[in-house]
Formats: sequence, structure tokens, C-alpha cells
Amino acid sequence: MQFRVFDLGLIDFSRARDFQQEAFSRVKDNEFKAALIFCRHYPVITLGRNAEECAVLASSDELKAKGISIYEIERGGSVTYHGPGQLVVYPVFNLNYFKKDVNLFLRSLEVAIIAALAKFSIPANTREGLTGVWVENKKIASIGIAIRNWITYHGLAINVKKDDLANFSLIRPCGMDIMMTAMETELGRHPSFELVKMAVRESFLNLTNEIGVDYNIKQETAR
Amino acid sequence: MIKVALPGLGEGIEKATVTYWFFQEGEKVKEKDDLVELSTDKATFNLPSPCSGTLVEIFFREGDTVNVGEALVAIEEEQ
Repeated sequence: MQFRVFDLGLIDFSRARDFQQEAFSRVKDNEFKAALIFCRHYPVITLGRNAEECAVLASSDELKAKGISIYEIERGGSVTYHGPGQLVVYPVFNLNYFKKDVNLFLRSLEVAIIAALAKFSIPANTREGLTGVWVENKKIASIGIAIRNWITYHGLAINVKKDDLANFSLIRPCGMDIMMTAMETELGRHPSFELVKMAVRESFLNLTNEIGVDYNIKQETAR
Repeated sequence: MIKVALPGLGEGIEKATVTYWFFQEGEKVKEKDDLVELSTDKATFNLPSPCSGTLVEIFFREGDTVNVGEALVAIEEEQ
């Protein structure tokens, strides 16, 4: 089995991170070459390696009141927010079997997201010099990855529902003043997460030319 | 003495920033141990040690920018 798809559902960030580490080890041990992990997170702010202290605008009291925790993590990029209205995708790919090229992988993630959004007739693009996917000048998907021994982890988040977007005002996304949008904003209604997952999965399969095997793991079984 | 340089990371990436050293000068490392974590705009990655030995000199500190091909660290190989 070369390519695995996991679906963790709505899950706490730290538990999803543990699961991701486990998938990383299995990829490293050659059990499979690549994995896609789908999940949604309870509200959380994560700080990438390039995050500056001023990237979080809200006070710790304000975050506490909203039940939002902060994690410093080893991905690239600055600060971001995750909430249940986003589909988070962690591609754990062994690039030793694909191409050992950091930028090519980042660009491939953008291509996969744009193809998935096109299935919903959302015309999305990249912007020169910036990583991520945009609808005109608004960001609809964010990307930040880490690579160890040419195996990737962390990944991308697609804004599906718009009610989460307000929480981006608690931070300066990616250390810049960026306007966010969501699939719901663009379509006037939000598509089901199942449909978005199918679209993303299909674009990744086209990208890797591997055959996907569904392997659902319920939230409870993720350690 | 082996000098470990920043390897090619793919097209369009000429430099990276040192974000974390896993060891300090004078410390012993084993082959494949992570030496250093580096980052570009949206990606971080590690550089494993090509050999077992002692870190003699670290040429770039955390926060420094390194060009592809530049030596990051010198390692005295274990005999």
C-alpha cells in the first residue's frame, strides 16, 4: 500500500500532532510512501518558526476567555489560526520517492488546492512571492510545512466556513495584514466537509499518480 | 575534518536561515543525528550528520542566513 488517507474528524491540535508523528514514523519505516491526514481543529493559534512575538494581537486573557490555546511548532511560516470551520490537511510524503525539492513540493500543494477549489467553481490562484492560495487578493488556504530527512509534515488549511474567519483578527496571519476568505463566502453556502475532502484527495492522487486506499480512523482511536 | 555544507534544496532556493542547533561546539554526534534545523519562508528542514564525531566549529548561529554550498559546521570524524 503506497498511499494512505486518514480522517481524524474534529480533533484537538496536540492529539492530531501526535497522530501526525506516528504517520511520519510509519512513512519513515517504509510502510507507505505517502499519507494524507484530514482533520479539523478546535480553535488554536500556532506559531511557526518565523513568527514574531507581535504576531498575536489578542491578550492572553482574551484568548483564555475564548478557549484558544497557543502552540509553538516546527513548521515554516509565521502565525496562523485553526478552527472547526477549516479543513486541515497534513500531507506526510516521503520526497525520497518523489522529488527532493522544497519549493516544488510547496508549489504542488498550491496546485492541489487550486484544483480542488476548481471543482466547486471557485477560481483560485497563487500570488507571486507568497505561499498559499488566494481568491483575488484574499487568502483561502494557508500552507506551512516541515521536512525531516526529506519526509514532509505539517501542511495546509483551507477555509471552508466563514464563521471562523473573525478569529483571524486575533493575529496577524503570516505576519502580514492579510484579508481572509472562505469557500462559504465565495459560494454563498458552505459545501460539506466530505465533499471538500474528496476533492482534495482526488487532486493529491492526480498529483502523485498513486492509488489511494481509504483507511478511516475515528477520532477516538487517534492517540 | 569534515565540513558540512548547506545542500541544494531544490530549484529557486539559494539560502536558508538557521533556526536551531541540536548540538553545541565540543559535543559528540552520531551519524544521522540531526545537527541543525533551517528554514525558508514556509518550510523548515533538518540536516543530519554525515558521520560520527565531535563538532569542532559552528560557522553560523541561530538567526544567521546561509547560502547553499556554504559550510555550516566542521566535524572531527571519529576514527
